[in-house]
Amino acid sequence: MNTDLEPLLRVEDLRVEFPTEDGVVKAVDGISYEVGSGRTLGVVGESGSGKTVAAMTILGLTRAQGARITGRILFAGRDLLSLEEAELRKVRGNEIAMIFQDPPTALHPLYKIGSQLVEAVRAHQEVSKAQARKRTIELLGLVGIPDPDKRVDDYPHEFSGGMRQRAMIAMALANEPKLLIADEPTTALDVTVQAQILALLQRLREELGMAIVIVTHDMGVVAEMADEIAVMYAGRIVEAAATEALLGSPEHPYTWGLLRSIPTLEGPRLERLEPIPGSPPSLIDPPSGCHFHPRCPYAQPEHARIDPELRPIPGPSGEGGHRVACLLEGEVRRRLWSDRSKIGQQAGRMPTQALTAAGLPRAQGAAVSAEPHAVAEPREPMR
Amino acid sequence: MRAGEPLMEVRELEKHFPLTRGVLLRRKVGAVKAVDGVSFAVMKGETLGIVGETGCGKSTTARLMMRLLEPTAGTVRFDGNDITHLKGAKLKATRRELQMVFQDPYSSLNPRKTVGAIVAEPFAIHGLHPERAERRKKVRELMDTVGLNPEHYNRYPHEFSGGQRQRIGVARALALGPKLLIADEPVSALDVSIQAQVLNLLRELQREMGLTLVLISHDLSVVRHMCDRVAVMYAGKIVELADNEALYRSPEHPYTKELLAAVPGPRRGQS
Repeated sequence: MNTDLEPLLRVEDLRVEFPTEDGVVKAVDGISYEVGSGRTLGVVGESGSGKTVAAMTILGLTRAQGARITGRILFAGRDLLSLEEAELRKVRGNEIAMIFQDPPTALHPLYKIGSQLVEAVRAHQEVSKAQARKRTIELLGLVGIPDPDKRVDDYPHEFSGGMRQRAMIAMALANEPKLLIADEPTTALDVTVQAQILALLQRLREELGMAIVIVTHDMGVVAEMADEIAVMYAGRIVEAAATEALLGSPEHPYTWGLLRSIPTLEGPRLERLEPIPGSPPSLIDPPSGCHFHPRCPYAQPEHARIDPELRPIPGPSGEGGHRVACLLEGEVRRRLWSDRSKIGQQAGRMPTQALTAAGLPRAQGAAVSAEPHAVAEPREPMR
Repeated sequence: MRAGEPLMEVRELEKHFPLTRGVLLRRKVGAVKAVDGVSFAVMKGETLGIVGETGCGKSTTARLMMRLLEPTAGTVRFDGNDITHLKGAKLKATRRELQMVFQDPYSSLNPRKTVGAIVAEPFAIHGLHPERAERRKKVRELMDTVGLNPEHYNRYPHEFSGGQRQRIGVARALALGPKLLIADEPVSALDVSIQAQVLNLLRELQREMGLTLVLISHDLSVVRHMCDRVAVMYAGKIVELADNEALYRSPEHPYTKELLAAVPGPRRGQS
């Protein structure tokens, strides 16, 4: 965590709700985090975890959608939620910039790359068109577009996917923002292009001293990019820690699931992956108690009633900022995780043995899985 | 099935899509060489992976193997027979043994049909099990096989989650008892926590039913987990084909090395 008195960005108990015909969608349900200058926070979660809504709310982009927003978003000492739209517009694209997932749709197809960038530069700086164009060429060079003085007059369709994402980054950097929000910046890209874009973001962070919030479903991306990671589930942060701590000794069963259900390039090949049973919950009517309990292999009956808070884990790593929202005892969790790692390497079966070994009764009935058929084994060959 | 003999052999396969100019008088001005001289064999009972980036020709190769496209040149042999230029009834008969699972379970299932009707459609197309009760029983068995609740026979696709939808797609592909199953990016549209469910299912089915599986993916980790052998494609050609272990431990081709090095993770972050 940042040791400065006031971090660049501090989000406090942010809640974003969307009233819909079917009920109120609690997209973001009370999250808090901070990011210091020059630091990178990775926000990981699946679709519907609220990670994108939270990121867009920082820039005020959910206001127009009729969202009910509470909490505080302190950026360089000011609460962005209390700003008028006109004031917010000065911050947006100037001090805070955002890049989106889908570069093909984020650029206007009928305008030259250069004129779109010139517009971004002139929106916040009082410069002549010629100066803005010069700055644009500089920016395209900075993000690694070859021959920027020629490519500046290309249309978006003349750029490849990776180049369009670079152009988007150039546009985001036009006014040297202090904070860059990157929402799935590489998801639509091929793996070799992804590697180039991630390297570019890291280089720019070092050269310009930006803070970055990177939102993704890809553990590999945050492992590489982030200083700290926050794991979101059903609109909440369920675990947050420094990257090494989160990957090395994860505390929340959902984080375990995310880490153990993905095949990796290293380590032994598992016979079976360990899926997380069921599917992500509805945000209109989330499960009672711990939101993860219907999918948690270690859920106890009372976990359907008690709602866990995000709290520092006891001991030195908790003081270092490792927080988790889980009702299991810390001792039990650590034993489960180490047993689970071993079991996974042998057979990768559902770890009920580990549960009894850890001194817990097996979870009963409905608490185990809301969707038994999603985890059922196929029984017989068909012929 | 005996292992070690080829179920499908593809030789010098080419697919060129013509590039044309002009509205009334269309002139051919060139060709996109989507698949440009590809040769490999798929052994009975194995899982072969084809990896590569967008535009490398991996999906076109799958469509050529399925004979959804006719190749410009080269041959496709399946189970001892040349199927390169089959047409009509013979092609239809071959398609029973070649099935495909598609990438997007949201757009590959007809939203107006019940799951029962979707899974039974291959029977209707091939005129199998005309008895209604018999057909229904078969469909329920298939749903059970892929881990779907057979009671949900009358539900519509939108009532299912992404992972369950992909199971419906797998059930449909298995309906005719295919010998070869080609899965084109079967998990890339699914949430991370769901992908493992579908990968495990494919693997179990393959083991239990002796299926031969071709898995097409851009994800090197998924391919490593699933496949016995791996072909790496680049610009319409196979640049490397090797046993799983060998390919990941000591890749030979510079492009394979580049691909492996590009996968994000803590390993790269530290270097």
